[in-house]
Amino acid sequence: MDKPFFEYLLRLGDTTLVLSQRLSEWCGHGPALEEDLALTNTALDLLGQARMWLTLAGEVEGAGRDEDALAYLRHAHEFRNAILAERPNGHYGDTLARQFFFDVWHYFLLQRLAQSTDERVAAIAAKSLKEVTYHVRRSSDLVVRLGDGTPESHARMQEAVDSAWRYTGELFTDDAVDRDLAARGIGCELAALREPWLAHVREVLDEGTLAMPDADDAGHAAYTGGRQGRHTEALSYLLAEMQALPRAYPGAVW
Amino acid sequence: MSKEWPLWEVFIRSQHGLAHKHVGSLHATDAEMAINHARDVYTRRNEGLSIWVVRAADIVASSPGDKEPFFDPANNKVYRHPTFFPMPDEIKHM
Repeated sequence: MDKPFFEYLLRLGDTTLVLSQRLSEWCGHGPALEEDLALTNTALDLLGQARMWLTLAGEVEGAGRDEDALAYLRHAHEFRNAILAERPNGHYGDTLARQFFFDVWHYFLLQRLAQSTDERVAAIAAKSLKEVTYHVRRSSDLVVRLGDGTPESHARMQEAVDSAWRYTGELFTDDAVDRDLAARGIGCELAALREPWLAHVREVLDEGTLAMPDADDAGHAAYTGGRQGRHTEALSYLLAEMQALPRAYPGAVW
Repeated sequence: MSKEWPLWEVFIRSQHGLAHKHVGSLHATDAEMAINHARDVYTRRNEGLSIWVVRAADIVASSPGDKEPFFDPANNKVYRHPTFFPMPDEIKHM
């Protein structure tokens, strides 16, 4: 088995899966009917992507685990999602800040992965990129609207940006797996995504009259490690809910 | 809500469609958000390739009371109906 490749695919699959789970918690609770639909659409897009990544991960592992086995029968320490994705939804501004930071990163990452030397990775990335291009457009637009909205929406959006910010450093922190996959042309160095990410984020925050947090405030060791299986307690509650049925009825077919 | 989120009417031209067709309405604060929402609400299943949105307030409708003078055509004046010309099969959508 190609262990680093398997790990790499889990990171992509778990991050999209966990974020999709978070977004689907909004179903029926959005601030307006149209926003409700838009958020759940995004959740569905990400779930579709998670399925493709996890299915491929199962194939690469070659141990007979399919997307369901990987999603429902692993414990928190076996998940490889970025911590940002598991952050609780908070208020709408919190959800948007998390989504905005993630979408911009995701967009630049998928652009690279669409050039992957592994054609399966390139194909999944190319398909996902179409969806994520819209996600970036939507979340950027809404961050500007709330930032440049009322004094209250501005204050709450700023607070949301500041609190999500510390979890963004992990998105650009390469480890041995990332470097290995980048060297083989399958993946890419995350550090290389940082400059384009910062430039887009700065532009949107400026337009939304929001202050950009200090770049050095991201990436403290306490807020990284998700991609290596070290998570915040938020993930275990999320998984307890997500996995309840397959855990209670092992072998259930649906 | 109705004040800050006015109603918009949505028209979509489908993949193989020739004209924009009214598909429904939605609430949004401005045109850009209305386009985004229309995309999310009405085009998720590949329905369309062009979206028009227009504020419902900008649409002027004919009044139901005008039904007869507006819509009862003079059917006895056959010369108003160009039905006497054979159309070649190649010409579609006439």
